Order: sequence, then structure tokens, then C-alpha cells
Amino acid sequence: MLKHLFKLIWNKKKQNFVLMLEILVSFLVIFAVFTMVVYYYKNYRKPLNLQYERVWAIHFEIPSRPPNRDSLLLFYENLRNQIKSMPEIEAVSITSSNVPFSMSTMQNNFNYDGKGITLNDYICEGEHARVLGAKMAAGRWFSKEDNASKYRPVVINEELKKRWFGNGDAIGKILNKESDHPYKVVGVVTDMKTKGDYQLVEPELYRRADTADYYWLSNALVRVKPTADVAFESRLYKSLPNFINHGTLEIEHLTDKLVSRNSMTLVPMIILMIVAGFFVVNVALGLFGVLWYNINRRRGEIGLRRAVGATGQSVSRQLVSEALVLATMALIVGCFFAVQFPLMNVFDMPASVYLIAIGLSVIFIYLLVAACSFYPGKQAATIYPAVALHEE
Amino acid sequence: MIHLQNIEKVYRTSSVETLALNNVNLTVRKGEFVSIMGPSGCGKSTLLNIMGLLDVPSKGEVRIDNEATVNLSDKQMAHFRNKKLGFIFQSYHLINDLKVLDNVELPLLYRNSNAKERTRLAKAALEKVGLSNRMKHFPNQLSGGQKQRVAIARAIVGEPEIILADEPTGNLDSAMGNEIMDILLELNSIDKTTIVMVTHDEQMARKTHRLVRLFDGSQVS
Repeated sequence: MLKHLFKLIWNKKKQNFVLMLEILVSFLVIFAVFTMVVYYYKNYRKPLNLQYERVWAIHFEIPSRPPNRDSLLLFYENLRNQIKSMPEIEAVSITSSNVPFSMSTMQNNFNYDGKGITLNDYICEGEHARVLGAKMAAGRWFSKEDNASKYRPVVINEELKKRWFGNGDAIGKILNKESDHPYKVVGVVTDMKTKGDYQLVEPELYRRADTADYYWLSNALVRVKPTADVAFESRLYKSLPNFINHGTLEIEHLTDKLVSRNSMTLVPMIILMIVAGFFVVNVALGLFGVLWYNINRRRGEIGLRRAVGATGQSVSRQLVSEALVLATMALIVGCFFAVQFPLMNVFDMPASVYLIAIGLSVIFIYLLVAACSFYPGKQAATIYPAVALHEE
Repeated sequence: MIHLQNIEKVYRTSSVETLALNNVNLTVRKGEFVSIMGPSGCGKSTLLNIMGLLDVPSKGEVRIDNEATVNLSDKQMAHFRNKKLGFIFQSYHLINDLKVLDNVELPLLYRNSNAKERTRLAKAALEKVGLSNRMKHFPNQLSGGQKQRVAIARAIVGEPEIILADEPTGNLDSAMGNEIMDILLELNSIDKTTIVMVTHDEQMARKTHRLVRLFDGSQVS
């Protein structure tokens, strides 16, 4: 029977072309949506590894910074001490503006042994790991013991370690060896999803802030105690300007920043899903209409099939199968295009994301086609052969 | 072979009730060639459809091969039609998207037969009607007579005991009509196939064993 259906469809290829094209286009749209959904879901399932609940990001605009090195360091020392003197504060880290979940990014190229990698570059201080609750996978976070070191200390994340050193040891390795500013890896920190729940972990490097950096650093991350409330936030907001030369101040909670960052991912995805949803409804209605029309056009054939021995159920099954065979033909073409994405490594996504998305899209299209052809098929089963043959 | 008893068929709409067949009693014996005649709308095709289990009577009993058909399920009826009956229609009812050979194979698709066997039987049936040189053609590449011969091949491919023909020569000129009639007569005389044929053509009807006349849904002879 399957061969018979293929023959029937092949011989009607011109009439079926538009329907197949419609199924093909819907498959590609659904494939795009599923690729995004699978990608974000896979990322979402990975742990954040970041204790952001009681962490506040403080952004300060300092009207005038002390021009000389010693007074600049003293200025930041005072600022740090002032913040830490508050009983609700647990830890402080002066940092670059690319704090977790912000839209700010700083990317630089570092190399090890001639292999350069563009990575997310963070400038921060010794208490940064404590502020974020970061866990060390190997080594340690930089601290005062690195003051005497010939190299500037850096901590890298596991993703970067994997890219540079594979399963080997990263501790003690010197980065940018040939440059004027070589760095020494003192620790490997567990991967943190600093760009939000739905983003892939990228290679990250944490550099210890040095004097030159303090000329432009304008952010601090603070971990507060559970007792820190709105009143404390207000107190902090009022007291700090005295220590930043009456500059402006902005305090944000990382919990809010995470929600905002996540929405940056979710909103476009939801919009795409709504658009795809409308498209799918359109395709479903189109499919339903075409199949319905086909059944009315083929009443004579249905009557004939009943006359030569087809049951109502087998007529119904045949029409659903025909639609599924059509879908199969469109899906073969669709899958040919879809597999190019993992083969050509488009958008640098893992191949598994594309393969799962292809699988889900195929299942979705089959279900859609089966659902759209089920009712017309069922109606065809109720056509009485004598009536259908007479009408013809 | 076919036994119709007190057959009545009423078509009902919300406002009108039409009596298409009224108390028809008819017995067709095995190997018999019976023609049914009557003016348009007298119920000839309705009677043929009831005999072929394509329609159910409002009243009465249909027995084929001593088997009552009134209580058969859809599946049993389909099986019955497939095994015992062959249909020939005035407008051929060929599937234009299938080649001649595939059209002829159609009844065998609803049996447990393999593809090779189906093709062998279809080719044999086409040979019988003299169309073995047209099996790769599509129906719209054939003349009316050739189309009807394909329809006959399709009707006989499953070797049914009964063939029900609804005005098989109605769309054909007299020469073509005679050709088709000759094939039907041959099937009846050589293969001993029981044939019931609805026709408007008195000349064709005279070639059969028996003529049944209907008028306004009632049997008049």
C-alpha cells in the first residue's frame, strides 16, 4: 500500500508541490525555533554556580580622581574600608563594569604557547570570589601573597582551562609570555553563567586590578548580610557620595539584573515563538483546507475504493498516510538543509543542539500533519460509496 | 446467486420523501446475464447499488450466495465486495493519477496479495480485454472504449463471481459499445461470471439472458 501511495503522490507531484513546499517551510521555521529552545534549555539546565542573591552592584561616577598613584590607591583603600565598615557588608570587590548579568562586556585576546583565545576579561580584587560565592576547581583566588610575584595573577574558568590546557594542569602557567605584561594562572574557578541563566558559559579570565586600572574602575560588587534591608541600602546610598568626591551613585541588585538579563534572551525567543505559532496555525489551516478540498475533489475515487473493497477505516487511514508520505518527502528535503548547520558549524552551536532540534521538528511536523489530516480522513470514511460514485 | 426480497428504498430530505424502489423482488441465478432497463430515474442504478452493497435498502432483504447481507459490518461488506463483486460504471471511475496497470491492481490492494502477484493478475486481466499494450499509459491518454476496457479489467482482476455493470456502454459509440458488450458476453459464457447490467440500450439488453424492466421504482417485467 505504501508503494501505491508513493506512486499516487509522485504522479500528482505538480498538485502536491505547493503543499510540500508549505510543509518544508514550516519545518525550517520550527527547526529554527526548536534550535533556540533546545540551546537555551540546555544552557538553563547547567548550574549558575554563582551566589547572586545578596550581591549588589554599585556603579559610581567620580567627578575627579586623584591624579597621583599613591593618592589614587589611598582613595580606593578608603572607599573600600568605608564600605566594609558597615556591619551589613560581608565582602567588597572593586571591579570592571562587566559585572555579572550586565550588558557590559570586555573582551581581550590572551595567548598561551602561541594559542590565542578571545575571552571575557574581568578586572577585580581579592574578595571577588567571596562576593560571588565562586568555587575554586583548582588553585586559589589571587590575594596579597601575589604582591611579590613577578607576574600579575589571573584566575581562569574551567571552560578556558579546557580550551587551553585540556585535561592538563593550568596552575602556574604563564600567559602572554612574550608581552610586556605576562600573567600567571593561580587558580581555576568553576564555570559561572555570568551572562544569565540561558547563556552558554564562555571562556573567562579574572585579572587582579592594578594601579593603572584604578584610574577607570567605577564599579564595586558587595555581598551583604541577610539583615541588609531597604533602610541600609538608603544609608549606603547617602553615605558613599562623601567618599567619591560627591559623585553620583547607582545601586542594583544582582537578582534584578538577572531577571533583566534573562528577559533579554526570553523576550526575542517568545516573540519568535509567537510569530512561529501564527505561522504554524496558518500552515495547519492551510493543510486542513487543502486536505479537505482534496477529499471533496476525490469523492469519486473514495467511492470507487469503497466499491472495490476498502473499508471506511482504510480510506481514512489512506488519506492520513498520504499526508504523512507528503510530509516525509518535504522532511527529507528539510533535513538535508537542516543537517548543514551542524556539519558547517553554523552559529558555533553544539551539534547535539541541532540534532535534537531536527528530531523535535520532525516529530512536530508529523503530529501537525496527522492532526490536520485526521478529521478530513475521518469525514472521508463516512462518505457512502453509492453517493460518492453517483456525484462523480 | 443474488436474491432480493421486498426491496424498498426511500430517500428522505427534511421536506420530501422519494420512493426510489418499491417492493422489488428479483433472483439472479449463478451464471446468468441479466439486464435491467427502464426510463431515467426509475431506480435502476439504486437497485444495482443495493445488489452491490454500495447502498442499503430501507426495507427488504438482500442475499448473495445464500448469505444475508443486512447485518454485515462495514469491514465484512468491504471484504464481500472485494471478493465476490466487480463493478463497471458508465463513467469508468478510473483514477487519472494512476497508470492503467495500477488502476487494474486496485482491488487487489485490499487483499493479502504481494506486489508480484498483483502485477501478474493485472497484466492477465488487461490481456483478456486486449489492452496489454496500454498498461503504462494514464487513463487520460486512452479513448472512451479503452477506458471502459480498463474498468472491465479492474472488475475481473479479482475473479469475482458477480459483475455489476451500470450502463457500461452509455458513454460509448455503437462500435465501441458492441466491443464492450462482446467482452461482457465472453466473460459470462466462458468464465461463467454472473452479470447484472443496467442499460438504456434495448439492442444490448436483448443480447442478455433476461431483461428486467423497472418503472417508477417498481418491477414491471
